[in-house]
Amino acid sequence: MTQRYSALSLLRHGINRHTTWAPAWRSPPLKDSYDVIVIGAGGHGLATAYYLAKEHGLTNVAVLERGWLGGGNIARNTITIRSNYMRDASIPFYVKSVALYEAMTRELNFNMMHSKRSMIDVIQNYPMMRDRRRRQHIMDIYGSTYEQISEVEVRRRIPALTGGGPDARLPVVGGYVHTDAAINRHDAVAWGYARAIDSMGGEIHQQTPVTQLLRGADGRIEGVDTPRGVIRAPKVAVAVSGHTTTLTETVGLKLPLRTMNLTAFVSEPVKPLVDVIVNCPDAGFYLSQSDKGSLVIGGAPDPGQSFRRDIKQTVFEDTVSAMLSLFPSFKKLKFLRQWGGHLDIAHDASPIQDETDVPGLFVTAGWWGGYKAIPAGGLTLAHLVATGRPHPLMESFTINRFRHLDYVMETGTTTAR
Amino acid sequence: MMQIPCPFCGPRNESEFSFGGPVKPPRPDPLTVSDEDWTAWLTQVPNPLGPVQEQWWHVRGCGTWLSIWRDTRTHEIVEAPDDGR
Amino acid sequence: MTAGNRLATGGRIDRSRPLNFTFNGKPYTGFQGDTLASALLANGVRLTARSFKYHRPRGIVGAGVEEPATLVELMGADASGNRPATTVPLTEGLAAKAVNCWPSLEFDVGAVNQLASRFIPAGFYYKTFKWPNWHLYERPIRKAAGLAAAPSEPPATGHYETRYGHCDVLIAGAGPAGLMAALTAARAGLRVMIADEGCEAGGSLLSRRLTIGGADAMNWVAQAVAELAALPNVTHLQNATVWGYREHNYLMVTERAPANPSLLERTWRMRAGHVITATGAIERGLVFGNNDRPGVMLASAVQTYVNRYGVTPGKRAVIFTNNTSAYAVAANLAAAGVEVRAIVDSRDSVPDDARAMVPGIEIMAGKLVTEAQGARQLRGVAVAAKTGGSARIISCDLLAMSGGWNPTVHLWSQSRSTLRYDEPLATFLPDTPAQAVSAAGAANGALTLQDALRSGAEAAAQITGAQSPEIPDAPDLLYDIEPLWRVETTKGRAFLDLQNDVTVDDIHLALREGYSNVEHVKRYTTGGMGFDQGKTGNINIIGTVALAQGLAMEQVGTTTFRAPYTPVSFGAIGGLREETVALPYRHTPITDWNLAQGAFMYEAGARWRRPGYFPRAGEGLQEATNRECRAVRFGVGVYDGSPLGTFELKGRDVGRFLDYLYSNVMSSLKPGHGRYGLMLSDDGLIMDDGVCFRLDEHRWIISTSTGHADAINGYMEEMLQTRFPGWNVFITTVTSQWNNATICGPKAREVMAALGTDIDLSPESFPFMSYRDGTVAGLPARVVRVSFTGELSFEVNVAPRHMRDLWAKVMEAGQPFGILPVGSEASHVLRVEKGFLSLGHEVDGTVDAYDLGMGWAMSKKKPDYLGKRAVQIRREGAAPRRELVGVIPEPDRQIPEGAPLTPGGRKERTEGFVTACVWSVVHEKWVGLALLEDGHARHGETAHVRLKGGEVIPVRVTAPCHYDPDGEKLRS
Repeated sequence: MTQRYSALSLLRHGINRHTTWAPAWRSPPLKDSYDVIVIGAGGHGLATAYYLAKEHGLTNVAVLERGWLGGGNIARNTITIRSNYMRDASIPFYVKSVALYEAMTRELNFNMMHSKRSMIDVIQNYPMMRDRRRRQHIMDIYGSTYEQISEVEVRRRIPALTGGGPDARLPVVGGYVHTDAAINRHDAVAWGYARAIDSMGGEIHQQTPVTQLLRGADGRIEGVDTPRGVIRAPKVAVAVSGHTTTLTETVGLKLPLRTMNLTAFVSEPVKPLVDVIVNCPDAGFYLSQSDKGSLVIGGAPDPGQSFRRDIKQTVFEDTVSAMLSLFPSFKKLKFLRQWGGHLDIAHDASPIQDETDVPGLFVTAGWWGGYKAIPAGGLTLAHLVATGRPHPLMESFTINRFRHLDYVMETGTTTAR
Repeated sequence: MMQIPCPFCGPRNESEFSFGGPVKPPRPDPLTVSDEDWTAWLTQVPNPLGPVQEQWWHVRGCGTWLSIWRDTRTHEIVEAPDDGR
Repeated sequence: MTAGNRLATGGRIDRSRPLNFTFNGKPYTGFQGDTLASALLANGVRLTARSFKYHRPRGIVGAGVEEPATLVELMGADASGNRPATTVPLTEGLAAKAVNCWPSLEFDVGAVNQLASRFIPAGFYYKTFKWPNWHLYERPIRKAAGLAAAPSEPPATGHYETRYGHCDVLIAGAGPAGLMAALTAARAGLRVMIADEGCEAGGSLLSRRLTIGGADAMNWVAQAVAELAALPNVTHLQNATVWGYREHNYLMVTERAPANPSLLERTWRMRAGHVITATGAIERGLVFGNNDRPGVMLASAVQTYVNRYGVTPGKRAVIFTNNTSAYAVAANLAAAGVEVRAIVDSRDSVPDDARAMVPGIEIMAGKLVTEAQGARQLRGVAVAAKTGGSARIISCDLLAMSGGWNPTVHLWSQSRSTLRYDEPLATFLPDTPAQAVSAAGAANGALTLQDALRSGAEAAAQITGAQSPEIPDAPDLLYDIEPLWRVETTKGRAFLDLQNDVTVDDIHLALREGYSNVEHVKRYTTGGMGFDQGKTGNINIIGTVALAQGLAMEQVGTTTFRAPYTPVSFGAIGGLREETVALPYRHTPITDWNLAQGAFMYEAGARWRRPGYFPRAGEGLQEATNRECRAVRFGVGVYDGSPLGTFELKGRDVGRFLDYLYSNVMSSLKPGHGRYGLMLSDDGLIMDDGVCFRLDEHRWIISTSTGHADAINGYMEEMLQTRFPGWNVFITTVTSQWNNATICGPKAREVMAALGTDIDLSPESFPFMSYRDGTVAGLPARVVRVSFTGELSFEVNVAPRHMRDLWAKVMEAGQPFGILPVGSEASHVLRVEKGFLSLGHEVDGTVDAYDLGMGWAMSKKKPDYLGKRAVQIRREGAAPRRELVGVIPEPDRQIPEGAPLTPGGRKERTEGFVTACVWSVVHEKWVGLALLEDGHARHGETAHVRLKGGEVIPVRVTAPCHYDPDGEKLRS
């Protein structure tokens, strides 16, 4: 039985000097076969294993992780949760994901520190205003919020935003508020899922890299090879952002994905300064302040494919100077740490979640900005793996769409190169 | 920021270039190729964990489109066009 | 001031230059050359900070960037937060205060957390604050977190700068190894940059009392600095931190006090042929009970305060060490008159040469400090045998501790070079380089002076290929260590990370709960995640994990070293890249005229600043736009069409090249004539539209949309250079070589005649979609008959130098006809009335030419062109298509752009959206365009717009063209 976490339990265990806490998850022995193998103990992989157990009663499941659980992109993102998308194919999925995030603390008995604090899009150009306005009405159909506000209101709600005046190169002309948006604690998501999976009987095996997918004589997936030996399963789900093609190519499967590097950085921790998530699409950056006081800042992906997880100085400088144009007082604020994460971007820049041409092999990929999609991405992939049918929320995101060139053009343009 | 060897201008900062995507196989003849091969050619690009051949446009320089082999793990340029010297 | 803590002589401070400063409002005095930390210690200020979580009293621990405990906020002109007091140079009038305490340092309300500390172990917040929701707790927790307040204003004066630099060798660190490397490389003629984070060169020699070649080591430093200064191939920066090591040996160096007084900071973006990290080493603390009490300091820091600043941080000292380096500290303290009561050495045997350094001082070998006593100030330490047993209390007010030395491998690791654990030195050392980098001196484990000098010389000699120079004699105590990751017989909290209040118990709790990877430990406990990034504590955390898990240090491994090495202000990264410096506008020659007319100007894509409309007194956007539209529809208007992308293509193969680029046939055009066309990507998506004119057999001119001009240019070059390298086509961008005034409206021909031209303007000799060269108003001009408004139009193109002249003449000649300048708002209305496309409105990446009713533009004749095959495949799919239609709201009202169309206006999946809706001056009502599923078959039907909040607006579906569907006007 899993220990309950509460203020009371903290008191009780505190009296014992906290020596009585049980492990949040076990390290069980690795078996040689499972019903389902999930590759990748990142957000999507863990969420998938969680919903396989919770929704479909599948607990003979192993999550294989080459490093440490929660160490992929879930450890290196900007924790922004939102549903302000543009297309029918996307919005209801993200609305669901936001709702699942909101319920997660209670569901997993683990404090996600879910802070529903609104996102304000700061608009500095009329074409962008049009793009955002277009989202407003369609989002309403699916119950997501998006309200236009004036420049004055933008400044009232973000007092530190003192740049972008009428004579500025890109003057602030207004804003949009997305009240559903939130940030939370990324580590808690990984650990909360891991603890829940463990309590339902699922297994997580860290330091277990998959080196090769294995196909049977009938062409079906048969299992995986690892330095710890061959592990068999009739169903394998690949949830390894960035490394998807590295794995699928071991069975000769090609996918329309490219691996890119996306970076983020944080400032020194300071007293409360910005209460909302600020997104500046014209300037090209977004930021929020964590509960610990650091500003968490993100920008655009680097050009070119990369598995290096570094930051490009040019991209970094672009992002910083864009931020300083709107927040000039941040010049004296100090930058503390930066990191990169690799993600895969599909040819149409929308996600892919499908069974592949190798029967029994499933992929979930192309989630750039995939943090917000974790709970719904896990829910839908678990549904697909368990039932063999795509979840209604993910119907548009098949691999087949590329065979008909039926792209989901969420960005409104062709993909970046 | 990488330093990219331009065959005309010598080693130059990456910021002078515009990324032109990985080099795909030659465009198949659209009159004879199958639908499947055509859409695969359109949508799939090489995505190796290791050296990839890719194009860069020296847009803020001489205007040349050039291709290099770059290791995606390290960003080391492992092969570059001959600069003629 | 308390002269008792300041030595009468010695150190590198200038006693003739006193400086006044305040700390937490109290006035003090220090000297030129002090840091805030040394001046506070000189004044006997021991309690300088409160810790982050428990608000425990803290003092100064280190002497440099490693300082984990005392962060201050500077006020006044220097306002900035979270500055380690050890890195703030003292200046006259400096005003500083401690961070993270309220209402005051001495009486800190947050200290109640200490009482509850038992119930708030590592990660406690994951287990609680859940009911009823996090929101209830978040605000007070956010207020309590966050250390200093953020600066509220940008710097009042001065600016930041970035610049590029190139060198053969970049040396990080100007200590003995760095200087030796710089001398060796510079003498061989290499371009050298040497950058050091301190105010003065010398590194550890500034703090230690050593000799080189028989003389004071600082003499050698002075000579080396002078020699480097005299060499033209050397750039020597002090107060400059190499903080980032990127791909391709690209490194970031920020100077905090460049010589130019108007410069606040300067960042060098350095491209280095080779890098030598001579970054020294940082001392570890030791982990025992209450090892955070004010008065517990790093031994090396104590040595720095005594030798460099002439400050004695205590009167009665105890040394606690596991290695030999602290013996020199004891000797220096004793020489400064401090009573050194004992050296507690965890090793069972102490080397004789170490003993010889400290005659008369009691050495307690094989013993440990188990607890520091005192609350706001150290009062004594408890010392016991390693095996346990009763403790002896030694009273003291200073404990100098040394847990051994960690080579500063941050830059080395940032370069992606690897580390290995070295058993003899009990630390991680550089192993295999991943770029052109080598490590030298203490940063490479050369922890005695002569080794460091030799290692610097050798690192440089390897680059130059020359012989390593002779190394002067530099006697130093041999380094010997036995690791001591923590004292097990501890009483009280034993801190591993002082800044984030992470204790040994926290690490054990994390491990017990399954957070077993070192990255989990770090994240669960927040150890090493503070401002100091765990410079003094991280290795002890790794050691504590290794001990608990029975693993080797190498198996536990380090966490990732991330840039920056020390925090860098954002200003120093952004530099001068602000506003139009970073993002210049594009202008046409008549911007001044537009502004003088009171035009409302804004950027409308591709950085062009254009007039949106020309309001008259009392007019808003709608009134002004209506007036401008009426002028075009019923009289005459003129707009500046210069920003449209324009390219001239020359060569034998232009015709077939254009046939490949455009979906329709261009090669059949006759010279003098033009054609509208669509450009698709090979994915079959519409990339752009524009017109092509053939000038003569081998010369063509094409236009692209303003926003896509640069992309199309790159695309065309790519096609030519990579797909058709043998084709004879040359592309020249002429967007800014031709400017134009486009005169449009029923009276356009009359205005052209009034301007005076040698071109026959009659529709018979100068039809639509043709051009003529000639003169207009006496200016050489190319006149093109295209129309983006649906009216008779003459696009008068001239050289930019003639544009203002032309424009003035057009306004003058047009005046009798009521000519008005037209902005982009009116252009938008006019094109919507005509059902003309706009990229970004109707073309949003999902539609093809057939959807837009432009199937005629998809050539059947040409076997292949970009996008042809893809469009075929896509149209064979079953997915319904969204097709371009006109919409007329019934009742008459405006519909917001982007408003979705849903079946019956119900709250369900959309079947399209309104791309544009404008007030039509010809119909005197609102008309729009929409993309609607199966729209071409639904003309005459009613569709339904559904707005946010549920309001439904019926619209009548029509053909897209609301005005002059047969095009009589534009051809007239």
